[in-house]
Amino acid sequence: MENLSASSRTEAFPVGLRVLVVDDDPTWLKILEKMLRKCSYEVTTCGLARFALEMLRERKDHFDIVISDVNMPDMDGFKLLEHVGLEMDLPVIMMSIDGETSRVMKGVQHGACDYLLKPVRMKELKNIWQHVYRKKMQEVKEIEGHDINEDIQIRNEFEDFEDRHVLNGTDMNSMRKRKDVDNKEHADQEFTDPATVKKARVVWSVDLHQKFVNAVNQIGFDKVGPKKILDLMNVPGLTRENVASHLQKYRLYLSRLQKQNEGRNFGGNMQSDFSSKDVTANFDLHSSTQMQQNGASSKYIYTNQKIPAQVIVPDGCADDFKNVVSLQVMDSKQALLSDVSDSQKVNSVSQLGVLLSFKEMMPIVDMKPLEPAISRHQSWNGGIPVMQFMQYPKHNHKRCSLLEDYSCLPKPDQEHQVFADHVHTPPSVISVTCNTEDDMCSVSELKPVHTNQKSSHIKPISPVPFMTNPVSVQVDSGLSNTQDYSGLSNTQDFGATCGKDGSTNQKDHYNDQTCSGWIPPPLQLSLTNETDLVSLPEQLQLCSLQGIGCFENVGLNNMEIFQYNDSTSAIEVHGNWYDSLEFNCDYLYDSADYPIVDECLFA
Amino acid sequence: MEHSSLQRQVAYGKKSLVDQGYLDEQFYELEELEDEASPNFVEEVVTLFFCDSSRLVANIEQALEKCPQDFRRLGSLAHQLKDSTTSIGALRVKNECTRFREYCDEENLQGCQGSFQKVKREHAILKQKLEAYFQLLRQTGPAARATCSGD
Repeated sequence: MENLSASSRTEAFPVGLRVLVVDDDPTWLKILEKMLRKCSYEVTTCGLARFALEMLRERKDHFDIVISDVNMPDMDGFKLLEHVGLEMDLPVIMMSIDGETSRVMKGVQHGACDYLLKPVRMKELKNIWQHVYRKKMQEVKEIEGHDINEDIQIRNEFEDFEDRHVLNGTDMNSMRKRKDVDNKEHADQEFTDPATVKKARVVWSVDLHQKFVNAVNQIGFDKVGPKKILDLMNVPGLTRENVASHLQKYRLYLSRLQKQNEGRNFGGNMQSDFSSKDVTANFDLHSSTQMQQNGASSKYIYTNQKIPAQVIVPDGCADDFKNVVSLQVMDSKQALLSDVSDSQKVNSVSQLGVLLSFKEMMPIVDMKPLEPAISRHQSWNGGIPVMQFMQYPKHNHKRCSLLEDYSCLPKPDQEHQVFADHVHTPPSVISVTCNTEDDMCSVSELKPVHTNQKSSHIKPISPVPFMTNPVSVQVDSGLSNTQDYSGLSNTQDFGATCGKDGSTNQKDHYNDQTCSGWIPPPLQLSLTNETDLVSLPEQLQLCSLQGIGCFENVGLNNMEIFQYNDSTSAIEVHGNWYDSLEFNCDYLYDSADYPIVDECLFA
Repeated sequence: MEHSSLQRQVAYGKKSLVDQGYLDEQFYELEELEDEASPNFVEEVVTLFFCDSSRLVANIEQALEKCPQDFRRLGSLAHQLKDSTTSIGALRVKNECTRFREYCDEENLQGCQGSFQKVKREHAILKQKLEAYFQLLRQTGPAARATCSGD
């Protein structure tokens, strides 16, 4: 059926071009939809970037092109752009009212095939099909490239024969002829059957990307080259061109993260832009956490993908931090499947907020010389970063998670009960440490975080199903911080008390609350040291978070770890996550609630 | 007669809105999108705009009250509102948003507050004017509207 519709679509190309429009502004969505329909395109609109990404992942071949706004509250447009480029390899057009050269350049750097200025006119949309066409042509070339590779291999084989030259000459000629014929065939096919071209397009699945990253790390980021990676990956059918283009995107992604981390102070605000780069991952959960000034506060971050991990972050106690530390700012380098939110996303009133991306490739820690960016990441403003795992559980439509739908916020009591059901895990310690003195973070033991909270809850962490190079993290379930939970469970209250110095209020509020459904089922993560980082059990399951949603049952590729660097005692970290599910509800939040949530984001 | 008189009023009303800078050419672009499939497209879009922008205005108001020092957030909200204004060509509101954003960048709270009041005012005025405009437009009827949108 796909072929059929593809053929019919192609025949009338560009009629029926399948466009996905992503914009948080409903008015623009309506207008763009109308404009694109008038161009005879098939339009799908989406108000949330997360939802868009989910849609793209679920229906990979359902869209031809994506048009996205740059400034969206739930996710940076550039981030979406990267994800789409890396995972789906679809052409993406950016839009914005901001037409500054730097922004446009950024768009192009991130792989946008075009950058439109708002207000967008219909005539600009009429020609977007050219980007789809161009990409198809590039794919054809990749196929040609594959043929060339084959030719070279065959040629080499023949060189071993006695009549090398003769044979080579003959074979080369015949191979060339064959190649030409193939090219022609492909060129024809491109127009008649896009499905063929589509087959040739490599889909960078979680597995594949993991292999890619493994290879990159093995070779050494500095010495990496498409051929070397291809050899190491040992994936039949994969061409050097496939790897080369993927590598390019990967580099872009890493450099972007690096820049963001460099330019960031810990006081940076955290935007609700946590994403997991995973073919099947969704990052939908946004939670707001807050670290209290007194006592240890723990922060639960859930990685969207399959791994619900909780990380306890000790709060503002410098000593505690020293012991706790952690860090790995690998994130950007290992951009893989779990995208890391940039440190800037971490909202911290004080110095906290370094994002760690616990990519599958934890071994990157070993790649110190290869990751200069990492050292930069490490340069926190004093203090020792605390590691946090972030999880984005898939939104559970049945439940109302924190920010998903304010009208159905979970009641604290219910949450508590639910939570109690899950709180029976043996204490474990999150042991990931980062030696801030060094440029490279090495993972060592993380001391348990202690909490002074009235109610202490175990923080179970569900196993992280890393595909390869699993990371094991042990979580000290004896630590808990209800504050975070309660904050998460009741955004309204949280929001109500949110303020510049709302910490006290919040604290009180939190203490009154019990853990909300934030706490995921017990997770067995044991992160001991660098080497162990690689040995995460593969059979980790994703458990659903109460009130959060269910995690996808996919291997964990990356975990994002938020690192909080607390150099002072008065630290308050504000993390704010939006539940991606928001898109299920009207993407228009209640005016009363939305601002509150937003506040928390940036407070 | 009455018909053409109404049509003239509608045309005049629209022109004056544009001349006075309340709206820009984007409004005309929207009218061109109207067709048989969506005969009330412009009104629908404008209604949607005011619904969404009112929310954004409320957000900013709340942010100014609760987290006034968070200029980054204020700037971000202002950007969202500005983005929205470009959809229907709400020129005056857009310009005030631009100024508001500038104050946010300068971290000038007083400037922000003053500018925001202007944003609010322009927003309310435009809403009023457009409501009147569409009321008039409805009176002219679909046939007449088809004619005068070409004006």
